[in-house]
Amino acid sequence: MVAFNVLVAVALAYVAFLFAVAFFAERRAEQGHGGWLYSPVVYTLSLSIYCTAWTFYGAVGYAARSGLEYVTIYLGPTLVMVGWWWVLRRLVRIGRAQRITSIADLISSRFGKSRSLGVIVTLMAVVAATPYIALQLQSVTLSFSVFADAGGRPWGPDELGGGAKWVAVGLAIFTVLFGTRNLDANERHHGIVMAIAVEAVVKLLALIAVGVFVVWGIAGGPTQILAEIDASPIARWEQDGARWFSLIFLSAAAFICLPRMFQVLVVENVDERHLNIAGWAFPAYLMLMSLFVVPIAVVGLRLLPAGANPDLFVLTVPLSQGQNGLAMLSFLGGFSSATSMVIVATIALATMVSNHIVVPIWLTTRNVGEAKVSGDVRYVVLLSRRLSIAGVLLLGYLYYRVSGGGTALAAIGLVSFTGAVQVLPALIGGIFWRGSTRVGAAMGLITGFVVWSWTLFLPSFGNGAVITDAAAMFGPFGISWLRPDALFGIDGMDPLVHGIMWSMLLNTAMFFAGSVFSFPTPLERLQGAQFVNVFDYSAGSQPWRTSAASAEDLLIMSQRIIGGLEAQAFFQRAASRQGKVGYLPDVTSEFLESLERELAGSVGAATAHAMIGQLTDGSGLSVEDLIAVADEAAQILEYSNQLEAKSSEQDRTARALRDANEQLTALSIQKDAFLSQISHELRTPMTSIRSFSEILRDSDMTAAEQGKYAGIIHDETLRLTRLLDDLLDLSVLANGEVVLQDQTGSLSALIDRAVSVAGHGVDLTIKRTRAAEDVMLRTDLDRLVQVFINLIANANKYCDADRPALRIDVSRNGAAYSIDFIDNGSGIRAENQQIIFEKFARVSDEGKAGGAGLGLAICREIMTRLGGQISYLPGQGGAAFRVVLPVSAILANQ
Amino acid sequence: MISPAPKHGAFVAKDTYRKRRMRDLARAVPVIGVVLLGIPLLWSDAALNSSAIVYIFVVWVLLILLAAAISRVVSNDPPKAT
Repeated sequence: MVAFNVLVAVALAYVAFLFAVAFFAERRAEQGHGGWLYSPVVYTLSLSIYCTAWTFYGAVGYAARSGLEYVTIYLGPTLVMVGWWWVLRRLVRIGRAQRITSIADLISSRFGKSRSLGVIVTLMAVVAATPYIALQLQSVTLSFSVFADAGGRPWGPDELGGGAKWVAVGLAIFTVLFGTRNLDANERHHGIVMAIAVEAVVKLLALIAVGVFVVWGIAGGPTQILAEIDASPIARWEQDGARWFSLIFLSAAAFICLPRMFQVLVVENVDERHLNIAGWAFPAYLMLMSLFVVPIAVVGLRLLPAGANPDLFVLTVPLSQGQNGLAMLSFLGGFSSATSMVIVATIALATMVSNHIVVPIWLTTRNVGEAKVSGDVRYVVLLSRRLSIAGVLLLGYLYYRVSGGGTALAAIGLVSFTGAVQVLPALIGGIFWRGSTRVGAAMGLITGFVVWSWTLFLPSFGNGAVITDAAAMFGPFGISWLRPDALFGIDGMDPLVHGIMWSMLLNTAMFFAGSVFSFPTPLERLQGAQFVNVFDYSAGSQPWRTSAASAEDLLIMSQRIIGGLEAQAFFQRAASRQGKVGYLPDVTSEFLESLERELAGSVGAATAHAMIGQLTDGSGLSVEDLIAVADEAAQILEYSNQLEAKSSEQDRTARALRDANEQLTALSIQKDAFLSQISHELRTPMTSIRSFSEILRDSDMTAAEQGKYAGIIHDETLRLTRLLDDLLDLSVLANGEVVLQDQTGSLSALIDRAVSVAGHGVDLTIKRTRAAEDVMLRTDLDRLVQVFINLIANANKYCDADRPALRIDVSRNGAAYSIDFIDNGSGIRAENQQIIFEKFARVSDEGKAGGAGLGLAICREIMTRLGGQISYLPGQGGAAFRVVLPVSAILANQ
Repeated sequence: MISPAPKHGAFVAKDTYRKRRMRDLARAVPVIGVVLLGIPLLWSDAALNSSAIVYIFVVWVLLILLAAAISRVVSNDPPKAT
């Protein structure tokens, strides 16, 4: 006998191993070495979450009860996979093109980025998935209890409930750890996918091992096992055609519509070509999973006593033969099936709940303009996703406790499938039929959900539990044609077939009627064209008119959603694609579209669209725009799009030239102003030197007066020298004549030095995070500190806040370190941001600072010489400068 | 596969023609599967599960082999990066 403690230890060791696999895979992906993470094999194996504990344990029980019918549950997905050219190829392409995060997001995005549709699909998915999660918890605890029974200490209901609780808690921890580590742009979770792939191998091996043992170890070979089947209680082929095809249809549709399957099929797909392999490899996996089911069932029926639960034959048959190792492997297989399904299902549901319910509510409860903390929305999204994971598992656990965990639960697998499948008409209609509309989709979804609840879901709680016996017998309020098992008075059908047929029929009918008789909004028509013609329009359309939204506002918003560094990097890339330098690209419609997609990858299409819509002028889409894109004339437009693509290179050059020209014009104006100013600057000291030296020469005066006048002359010459020094310094740097020193020191000490020189005796509050400054540098420190001093002195001179404060942030971005100097003043206006680094440039012309406008120009020259960068960082709520240290300057091991 | 040229030209090069028919075959695989898997329903009630198992798994393997063969000819090339 396997000691129960040994079993628990093995299970825990297995879980630790999965943690290690997930952690390792995340690490590899982060470092960019995850080549094998992106292989079609991993993709195929990850699809195996379709085979849950319900199929691992339950298929044998199913076969023991109704013969070969169990095989329909695997045949449906097989047909979908071998027919990937029809639906899956289209779904995956749309998912990648539109950066879809979940099935609710797909429906919402297709029908005009509708919030309400997202909510409807999310709620339906949660309701349909909860019993299924409860089923997994039950199967894991039952399999534990089998070993407890075998060990001579049978479990009571308390132990079963406790076991389910600990399984749920463990799964919640694992899922939160690896499912919400980051708001990955495409919602991909490499660690989890890898762990699932490992579990897929374990469960396949386990089932095959038990099967091989049963066929060759007990029965004595394939011929004998076939003979044994003929002699068993399930010898006859007695399939009802309606059930046979209904179940194949149901499992095929569920394979596409289940949120967790959508997650691995579409969202986690890294390469569309993987479908090529998975198209035949996954059916092969399914075939192997179901190959030994009937033999195990037949042998179990013969060997075990009549009352034995056939759902547990996979465990009890090896145990009864004393094969403890095999039973253990089989236990791990069932454990893997349950955990991998629950993990992916909770991630998929949590993404939907947070993107379509929590975040929209959170955003409407506050004024978007008021809170501007970088990354605050991102934080809310992550938090709500973690809470949703816990919430979904809690729901599953509660359902398990309330339902009592009996056989009633086992029957609900197919009911749950039928609930999930209600999305099918809207999904298929959405990707194949341009005419389908939001109204139609909502009507179909709600109708299907209501019919499903009435005919299948509510009755599944048991006789008289939710629907009263009277309503079940004679219809609600005595209306006999509404009886849950005989809608419209059609009696005598199999209840499941009845439920599937009526829910799908009425759902599709309402979807069609609603679509035909309603009129879509422009955005719906646009999205419809993009989804249905996803293979024809590779280039996106342009839903945003070039608008008044400033790039800086957009940057501030993006920083809130995807975090500071990521947003800045995205804006910088967009700007450099346009041939511009800095963080602020031109706000073109292409840019707005790509930004919206980027944000949609984190918070879903509807929310991303609404947030950008708030900054631009409304939805930004008119019927005229639409005609240009979605009309049949779009075929012709495609031509001109390609021409445009060719001329985009010229566009970029032209834009760069225009920028350069603007800069030159501004500079030339500045230079004229400076020339008059510098002659003024040179003349003022010269005049006073001349007049005071004349006084000294011509008049008699006391020694004290002489000293005073000589002092003034001395000060004036100092001022002249400083000005000339600056000019000289700049020209030396610019001509590359400077020799750089090689010094070593810590960044923290360097900033200390700069603060003590420039921040001495002034009322500027300086905020620093010393922990982040702990970096050792090897570069010309004297020159670097000159840059810091200049920036601090600038903040001191120009910051116009009542209580001036300067924040010095050190942050790490990959191998590079950057130091941000951010004050709380009014900042520098966008049109001036371009020229402040130029020689003689001055933003405020009051000249109160007494400098000649050479400081930042010198800083830039120094940073270029050192191999680093200095730039103005917009969107920080004040003047902000970013100094990027050269990678070569950072000493390793810090 | 994005081409601004008319999609339904009457004559295309032989290779292109062959490729398109292979795609048609790829689309036909699930239909073939449904038909073959429906056939046991026509059997008499006296039929045995042992023969049904052999039949269904043979059909299953054939579908897998057919899909694998087609996937070598028909490829799902992602769009060029934009």
